[in-house]
Amino acid sequence: MATKLQEIHELAARLKRPVQLMEVCGTHTMAIFRTGLRNLLPASLRLLSGPGCPVCVTPDRYLDQALILANTPGTVVATFGDMLRVPGRGGSLEAARARGAQVQVVYSPLDALQFAAAHPDRRVVFLGIGFETTAPTTAWALKEATDSVPNFFVLCGHKTMPAALAALLKSGEVRLDGLICPGHVSVIAGARIFDFIPREFGLPCVVTGFEPADLLDGLVRLLRQIAGQRATVEIQYRRCVTAAGNAKAQALLAEVFEPCAADWRGLGPIPGSGLRIRAAYAGRDAEGFCPAPPDAAPDDVRGCRCGEVLRGVLTPPQCPLFRQACTPDSPRGACMVSSEGTCAAYYRYT
Amino acid sequence: MCLAIPARVVEVNGDQALIEVLGVRHAASLALLEGVQVGDYVLLHAGFALHKWTAPEAREQEALLQEVFAAEENEPRRQAAGG
Ligand code: SF4
Repeated sequence: MATKLQEIHELAARLKRPVQLMEVCGTHTMAIFRTGLRNLLPASLRLLSGPGCPVCVTPDRYLDQALILANTPGTVVATFGDMLRVPGRGGSLEAARARGAQVQVVYSPLDALQFAAAHPDRRVVFLGIGFETTAPTTAWALKEATDSVPNFFVLCGHKTMPAALAALLKSGEVRLDGLICPGHVSVIAGARIFDFIPREFGLPCVVTGFEPADLLDGLVRLLRQIAGQRATVEIQYRRCVTAAGNAKAQALLAEVFEPCAADWRGLGPIPGSGLRIRAAYAGRDAEGFCPAPPDAAPDDVRGCRCGEVLRGVLTPPQCPLFRQACTPDSPRGACMVSSEGTCAAYYRYT
Repeated sequence: MCLAIPARVVEVNGDQALIEVLGVRHAASLALLEGVQVGDYVLLHAGFALHKWTAPEAREQEALLQEVFAAEENEPRRQAAGG
């Protein structure tokens, strides 16, 4: 590992200019902090966190809907634990639960489906959050429920990476020299989904694993491309990722979901960046019965700067609330709550 | 949820499997992966096997993890939900 680190320093010195790389995925952000890697890197090499934390990019409107459902008698909201403490405009699901709203924490859509099967008298709505990695598991549950569990529904907030990254890069708001691309999204979708980045934006991409040795190797590969003035999609995380991805999961995704416009915290509405439930499964779609939340003030009205953090234009310590009004115990924004959130990572490790 | 720890498949029953992670057994679904057999190592996410590791890949992953565990004796390893 030491030699990889040496090579990073040599390449950075050879480049003689500041280099900014974005790690797109929240799991990478956490891994980079946890390993202390940041402190070992050359000063000219800056790592920015991107919009790859699924809980963080989920907009307030979705949280509003989840709250409405949890407060509807006879309805139970089943969700991954990360969503519980996100402060929405109407408070968090956790606070609502303390006041009697029905919220069940699950580790998998499998658990949510089992819970629904065990409680046929209640309407169980699973919060479908997450990127290409998680969406197929929701797709499976939707399909499975169609025959056997009539009281299982999904509020679909699933998102996909390519259109969001394209929007981020097109905006030109941050200057990047390359991207550390998400490993587990690529397990499903295949590394080829990032091919447009070198082609249209001239930026090198390396699909990277999550162990320290992977991260160092990913950085070396990116710096080598930059130094050699090359831009391609390389797969560092070879033991999990292929160019084409997992065909079975992709087929299931395409069968149950179709692309749609989606709203991202920080990035706003982006055409083709979300997944919605196809007409064949419309009976399972909680949008069918969830009342539209009242139009309220835009996201970030609480002074939280998550939006800018998610675009890589602001680091958490630059947010006036960071560590003061906003801590993991009393979070003001989603980025401080999620185990993959950039603010939570800065809070824990800096 | 997004365990990048090699999970060993110890029982297969249609799309259902019993897997072992660090000595603990869990139920998992094989609905998203073709051709999984007893003895295979898989990558797990939210209760589903998403990728099958070859034996050398699983050993590589395990070796990398051991480096991490050795370096982080005092800090429990946290895994995050899936991006
Ligand atoms: S520190 Fe808190 S308030 Fe500031 S951007 Fe992060 S989550 Fe929002």
